[in-house]
Amino acid sequence: MESIFFFVVAAVAVICSLLVITCKNPINSALSLVMTFFCLATFYVMLDAPFMAVTQVIVYAGAIMVLIIFVIMLLNVKAETVKPNTHAVLAGSAIGIFSMFLTVWFLLKGSLTGATGSMSPQSIAKTGHIEIIGKALFTDFLLPFEVTSILLLVAIIGAVILAKKRI
Amino acid sequence: MLALENYLVLSAILFSIGTIGVLTRRNAIVIFMCVEMMLNAVNLTLVAFSRYLGNIDGQVFVFFIMTVAAAEAAVGLALMIAFYKNRESIDVEDINVMKL
Repeated sequence: MESIFFFVVAAVAVICSLLVITCKNPINSALSLVMTFFCLATFYVMLDAPFMAVTQVIVYAGAIMVLIIFVIMLLNVKAETVKPNTHAVLAGSAIGIFSMFLTVWFLLKGSLTGATGSMSPQSIAKTGHIEIIGKALFTDFLLPFEVTSILLLVAIIGAVILAKKRI
Repeated sequence: MLALENYLVLSAILFSIGTIGVLTRRNAIVIFMCVEMMLNAVNLTLVAFSRYLGNIDGQVFVFFIMTVAAAEAAVGLALMIAFYKNRESIDVEDINVMKL
């Protein structure tokens, strides 16, 4: 049952991501990308990470995609009319497909061994996913967490300076 | 529970589709969306490993990747708007001079 569900959602994710790179109109690409993000959120739920799924939907499908669609509509981007360079498309696809087969080959050749941590579906159900993540974020990863705030500040200032004509 | 390989192979496929999009498309916004897709494929790998190894660290990394993606979206789209003001186009073939 779980595997049937996985393969259906995986097929939807792959088809939607193919639509992202084949649609001529950027709006259609953006909407397909939203669907891909929803499929990934489904996988996070299947992997016992409900908080990641919520963050995926709110941050990616909500904030970032709204920003992208807003810019597409602001700039009034039309569908591509110029015929793409066939050689470039062929070369790019060849590189991508080659790297995919290489990665899959390495994946299927290797095996997963090594340490298993303390997290299990039982412990997630008992203490809660958000509490486990919060503990890790505010103890082991406190410094990266604080540096992230500086990164966001720099991004805000950079976006304002780039988009404004004269400060 | 499903085998880990299922998630990893799916993630590899999504990453490769994103790579093909970055290499073949000419619209800067579509290229940007393909980069977001590649970041999401990596996120799926990290969450899957985190679940199968029973270690929460992978999911904390996903948080940082999401932060970087948000910062990248803000700065990248501001760059595109600035470029569009100058050239009336967001085709990457038109981005060929440093100063206008």
